[in-house]
Amino acid sequence: MIALPVRARRVVPLVSRIVAAILGGYALAALASVAALALPIARPQAVLTGMLASFALYAGAVIWVFAVRSATRAWVGLLMAAAVLMPAAWVAWHAGGSA
Amino acid sequence: MSEKRAESAAPKPRGIRQTMSDLHIWAGLLLGWMLYAMFLTGTVSYFKNEISQWARPELAHQASVPDPADVAQRVAGELGRLAAGSSQWSIGLPSARENTAEAFWRLASAQPGQRRFGQATFDPATGHKVTARDTTGGEFFYRFHFQFHYMPVLWGRWLAGLAAMFMLVAIVSGVITHKKIFTDFFTFRWAKGQRSWLDAHNALSVFGLPFHLMITYTGLVTLMALYMPYGERLAFKTPQERQQLTRELNAFIQPGKPSGRAAELAPVADMVRQAQALWGRDNIARVTITLPGDAASRVAVARGEEGRASMSPQYLLFEGSSGRLLETHDSVGPAAETRGVMYALHLGRFGDTVTRWLYFLVSLAGTAMVGTGLVMWTVKRRRKLPDPARPHLGFRLVERLNIATIAGLSIAMATFLWSNRLLPGTLAQRGEWEIHAFFIAWALALAHAVLRPPRRAWIELLWVGAAMLALLPVLNMLTTDRPLWRSIAEGDWVFAGMDLVLWALAALHVKLALRTARHKAPVPRGAQSPRTKAPAPAGERTVPSVPRTTFDATHGATPSQDALR
Repeated sequence: MIALPVRARRVVPLVSRIVAAILGGYALAALASVAALALPIARPQAVLTGMLASFALYAGAVIWVFAVRSATRAWVGLLMAAAVLMPAAWVAWHAGGSA
Repeated sequence: MSEKRAESAAPKPRGIRQTMSDLHIWAGLLLGWMLYAMFLTGTVSYFKNEISQWARPELAHQASVPDPADVAQRVAGELGRLAAGSSQWSIGLPSARENTAEAFWRLASAQPGQRRFGQATFDPATGHKVTARDTTGGEFFYRFHFQFHYMPVLWGRWLAGLAAMFMLVAIVSGVITHKKIFTDFFTFRWAKGQRSWLDAHNALSVFGLPFHLMITYTGLVTLMALYMPYGERLAFKTPQERQQLTRELNAFIQPGKPSGRAAELAPVADMVRQAQALWGRDNIARVTITLPGDAASRVAVARGEEGRASMSPQYLLFEGSSGRLLETHDSVGPAAETRGVMYALHLGRFGDTVTRWLYFLVSLAGTAMVGTGLVMWTVKRRRKLPDPARPHLGFRLVERLNIATIAGLSIAMATFLWSNRLLPGTLAQRGEWEIHAFFIAWALALAHAVLRPPRRAWIELLWVGAAMLALLPVLNMLTTDRPLWRSIAEGDWVFAGMDLVLWALAALHVKLALRTARHKAPVPRGAQSPRTKAPAPAGERTVPSVPRTTFDATHGATPSQDALR
C-alpha cells in the first residue's frame, strides 16, 4: 500500500506530460492555426499560414512540455500560450461565420 | 571526455540535455519501425516512375517523349468513349520519366461511400488503354510511405502524420541533446579511418540534418489540410468560397454548373500547344477537362515541375467549346507559394537525374539514421542487462522488431518485385496480390526473427535479402526479353539502372550480413567499460555481445555519442 503512491508519484506526472505533449500540443497548434485567420492578409493566405506554422508550434510545445521542471509548469506554459492566442482565435471564430 | 562530462553533470539532477535525450530516445523508438518503413519506401519513391516502368516490361522503352499535345488529344478522344457522361477528366501526360499517359475521371453514378473516380493507363502512341500486366508498380511503395495498406486511407495518413510528428520531435530533441552539433557538422572527419564512422547514427543524422528536418516538415505539409483543417473550415463555408483556396493549391479545376446545351469539345491539342509555347514542349503535366460535351466545359492545361522548385499550380484555363483562352493562372499568394515550394522539396520531382540521385542517397542516409537509432537502443541496453542471455520482454520485443523491420523490409520489397515477374498474368486482382506477397514475406521475416536466435536471424535475413535482390536481374532476364546487356546496348537506362541498383543494394546487404557475422567474442559482463575504452577494430570487438548487429559499430567512445545515451 505504500509502494503504490510512490509509483504513482512517478507515473502520474509522466502521463500528464505525455497527454500535455500529444493532446495539449495539438490543441495549441490547432488554436494557432485558427488564430492565424486574424492576420491582416488574404483569407486563403491566412489559412495556409496557420497550417504551415502549426507543426513548428506543435513540435515546440512538445519540447517545452518535456524541458520544464514539472508537469504542472508544462501545463501552465501551454495554457499561457493558449491565452495569448485566444483573443485572435476568438475574433477569427466570430468573423468566420459572417465573412 | 566522458569522465569530464560525468563530472560536470553529476551535481545537477537532470539537465535539459538529459531530458531531451530521453525524449529523443522514446520519440524515436515508439514509432521508429513505422518511420523506418516510411523512410525506406519513401526513398525508393524518388524513382517511382522508373520502378513503375520496370514493373511493366511489356511497354517498350521510350526513346523520345511523344508530343504531349498529340497525346492529350488522343487520350481525350479515348475518354470520350470510355468516360462519357463524366463531369471531370484529368489526363497525366508522358514525360522523360514516364512512358505512359494516365487518366482518372469522376464517375457519374457514384453513391456516397463508393469509388468516386475511374482510372486507366494509356499508350501515348495510340491513345488506347495499355495492355500491360496488372501492377501497382512504384506507386505501391509511394502510397505505402504515407498511408500504409490494409486500412482506410485516412487512418493510414493520420498514422503517418503522427509518426512524422514523432520524427520532428526526435530530430529537434536530438539536436538539443547533441552538444557538439555544429562542430560535428563542420568537421566530419573521414581521415580518422576506422574511428570516423564508429558513430554512424550521429554521422548519418548530422550529415543529413538539413535534409531530414526538411523532409519531415515538408512531409507534414503535404497533408496539412488533413491534419490542421480548422482554419479552413472556419474561413470557408461554401464550396464557392473554398475555391479561393483550392486554386492556390492545385490545377485540378472543379466542374461548374452544366448549361445543358451540348457543345463539341474544341481540339485539346491546340490548347496544349499554347501552353507549350509558354513553358516548353515537354513541360506540360496535366490536362483537366470539366463537363466535356457541355457548353460550360472548361479545360485547364497545367505546367510541369521542370525548371521550378514549386508545386504551386500554374495553368492556362480555356473555354472547352471554343478553345478560347480565359485565364492565365501563373502565380499564387506568398503563403501558398511557401507551401508549393515545401511540397516540391519533399517530392523532388523538379530535379534532374543528378538531383534525384542526391535525394535518393541522402534519404537512404535518413533511413539508416532511423535504423541505427533503433539498433542503438538495444546496443546501449544490452550492457546493462542483469542477464544478457535472458533479456526482459521489452528488450526482446525491440530487438525482434528491429530485425523484422530492418532486415525484413528489404525482403518484403524484393518479394514485391519478384511477384511482379512471377505472378501469372491471368490471376484475378494480380496487382493486389503483388501487395499481398509483400506483406506475406514481411510476416514470414517477422516469424523468422522471433523464432531464431537474434544474431542468427539478422545474418540469415540479410543474406536472404541480398540473394533476392541479386537474383532479380537474373529473374528479369529469364522472364522478359529485356536482359541487362540488351538494355545497355539500347540505351535503356531505366531497365539497366534497375538491374545495376539492385546489385548495388544486394552488395550492401552482403556487407551488412558479413559485418554482423564478424561480431563475436562475448566477454563476461563487466570485464570492461566500453565507454571509456577506445573502440577496437570491428573484427576484434570485445564488448560483451550476445547477438550483435551490424550497426553496433555506432557504439563507441566519441563524446557526441555519449550525449545520446
